Amino acid sequence: MDLNFTETQDIVRTTAREFMARYYPKSLVRELEEEPIGFREDIWKEAANLGWLGWVIPEEYGGVGGDFLELIVLLEEMGKACFMLPFFSTVICSLPILAAGTKEQKEELLPKIAQGEMIFSLAFTEPSATYEAAGIETKAVADGNDYVINGTKLFIHDAQVAHSFLCAARTETDKANPENGITLFVVDAKSPGIKITPLEAIADDKQTEVIFKDVKVSKDAMIGEINQGFPIIKRLLEQAAVAKCAEMMGGADWMVENCVAYAIERVQYGKPIGSYGIIQSYLSEMWAEVGIAKRLMYYAAWLVAQGGPCAKEVAMAKSLASEVYRSQTRMGVQIFGGIGTTREHDMGLYYRRARQAALLFGDPISMRERVAQEIGL
Amino acid sequence: MDFQLTPEQQALKNEFEKFFSEEIKNAPPNWSGNLMALFESDENWAYHRSVADKLGEKGWLSLPWPKKYGGQEHSYFEQLLFNEVRAYYRVPGVDMWGPQIVAPSILEHGSEEIKNTWLPRISRGEINWCQGWSEPNAGSDLASLATKAVENGDDYVLNGQKIWTSGAHRADHMFLMARTDPDVPKHKGITYFLTDIDKPGITIRELLFMHKKRDYNEVFFDNFRIPKKNIVGDINKGWYVTMAGINFERSMIGSVSELQGELEELVELCKGTERNGKTLAKDPLVRQKLAQLAIELEAAKNWAYYVSHLQSKGQNVPAESSAAKWFSSELTVRFANTVIEIMGLYGTLKEGSKWAMLDGRFEDMCQISLGITIAGGTTETMKNIISWMGLKLPR
Repeated sequence: MDLNFTETQDIVRTTAREFMARYYPKSLVRELEEEPIGFREDIWKEAANLGWLGWVIPEEYGGVGGDFLELIVLLEEMGKACFMLPFFSTVICSLPILAAGTKEQKEELLPKIAQGEMIFSLAFTEPSATYEAAGIETKAVADGNDYVINGTKLFIHDAQVAHSFLCAARTETDKANPENGITLFVVDAKSPGIKITPLEAIADDKQTEVIFKDVKVSKDAMIGEINQGFPIIKRLLEQAAVAKCAEMMGGADWMVENCVAYAIERVQYGKPIGSYGIIQSYLSEMWAEVGIAKRLMYYAAWLVAQGGPCAKEVAMAKSLASEVYRSQTRMGVQIFGGIGTTREHDMGLYYRRARQAALLFGDPISMRERVAQEIGL
Repeated sequence: MDFQLTPEQQALKNEFEKFFSEEIKNAPPNWSGNLMALFESDENWAYHRSVADKLGEKGWLSLPWPKKYGGQEHSYFEQLLFNEVRAYYRVPGVDMWGPQIVAPSILEHGSEEIKNTWLPRISRGEINWCQGWSEPNAGSDLASLATKAVENGDDYVLNGQKIWTSGAHRADHMFLMARTDPDVPKHKGITYFLTDIDKPGITIRELLFMHKKRDYNEVFFDNFRIPKKNIVGDINKGWYVTMAGINFERSMIGSVSELQGELEELVELCKGTERNGKTLAKDPLVRQKLAQLAIELEAAKNWAYYVSHLQSKGQNVPAESSAAKWFSSELTVRFANTVIEIMGLYGTLKEGSKWAMLDGRFEDMCQISLGITIAGGTTETMKNIISWMGLKLPR
């Protein structure tokens, strides 16, 4: 057992910090929040040049061949900086292509992803608002060499800039086991019949409604076997849940650092507020809870990287990170006082993101239900 | 970052597993394994003693000590594995103080004579210690202790009172602090003594816990004599000797691991207990509560491993170990109270009732656990340490 970060992980962190300091100030976060598209080509290209988009893609497909824990470290820094470009969407879609795509699909798609030429959006959730298989009602019906997709995808991130969707659709109805009959397709975002409508949400992240109306996609665009998409998605959801934890915990680090610094600098009644017991109580709990949730996240991430079963630990990590991030960002606002509640103060960026991230890829209630199943209840 | 145990660590852990899973079978019929259960009856105490002898023989009471003094020179991490496995099976046999609190102080500050006299006996598991630190007016502010020790020939003569002395009624020795110089700042006039307590000048009086069990005691000294040769470190330097005593495996893995075992039994109980026409295991609220406990336990376990990892690298970890103490002790209280809530009316029945669930262990635990958030540094003290030493907040 060695719980130290590797040298590469340390380098990734340092590089990411320098990158964010140089290219990604908080003023840009605010600009991107206000824009419907929310994209910057130059920053995207810089990220691609650093190899970030292909970090976990093997070198033979134009990637860096790094490991999942390094990606986790990178995502922590992105969370800390409130990075809004479609990195998360694109990278999580690259994982199932890597895991289940054919050689031709990998050769076609992965180098483009790694070079920053292909932005992906995951078209999974629907108005059913669940990550369970039963929630997938969008249908794909065979038509010669094509499939025709019909349905509504909801809460879809980054569709407004995506070149492609990774879309989950039902190709067969199995009432007894809804996990059967789901198939994954790569869909060109310019395909006729796709209608994208932006949604305004708490984190000003770019969520959309994506309606597929008679959208044609070639059989060659199927990732994995027909009707066998859900096991691939399950794995993807585990990876995405831990990745989301990393973003949250990175944001939590920003909060701890900045709340502590403010408590030392802010004077009331002639003393720094950080010298008062009640503020110390808040801050010590904040530091400890964030640290504890983060260690559980690393453990879950390590299990994911090993490739074995990790459903229980991922659900635990996602539930705890979400709860801690939500409750402690609320305390973070309290520590900053009135200014913390304003649009101009950075604390609100994290408070709002905590509420969004907690619900993505498994909200705490459903994650605890998963844990209950895994411990034998 | 690699969470895999090395083959050596895994082999050692397996050895611990094998021993403790067998040893629990020798427990007396009323053995709950709860904190302080060892003091509860003569049978329980005899069980504790028999395991202590076996552990002493195996060298498992001195895992991280230098070989020179009978130790095994393992790291804190191997100590963590031992503590984890032992607590999971709820087996006693490790004196609460000797191996992990007294021995590190002796190792760092004791003379060769002190080391050679006491360490072999601690490592063999012979000595039953109690702790003479707290006093009625010296709790979290321990350095304000008032028990006086006055030089007299080859001895010091003690007068004063100690309190919260767990297990003093079973113990044969005490390690204690007393004031040897009243005229200097409070931290600088304290001396650290070791003594047997089976002699005149000491009175031990029971102080029952709220559930009527005897854990604590009050201890009174009335011209109680301790030979000078039993002083650890220098005269008036006792405060710094105690500081070495915090240099032990501090991850709190024991409480976490014990609760992990309890959680597994609880899951089975919920699957077999009907309430309002369905099993407790099918009640969504019960599922959420048990899952939350499981999550907090897994988190506490990972944090414990992290603390132990840092300690094994030679780092001093006041804030991290305080967070472990805070989180794990508060979790124990939460755990016990949640279990009683889930059990419903059955939850409050004491051990011995045919109706009690899980032998009434949680009726006991929801009370005795209150001591854990106070003893060994209160929750508030832990937060102070995090704030002052970890976050560098102003005082």
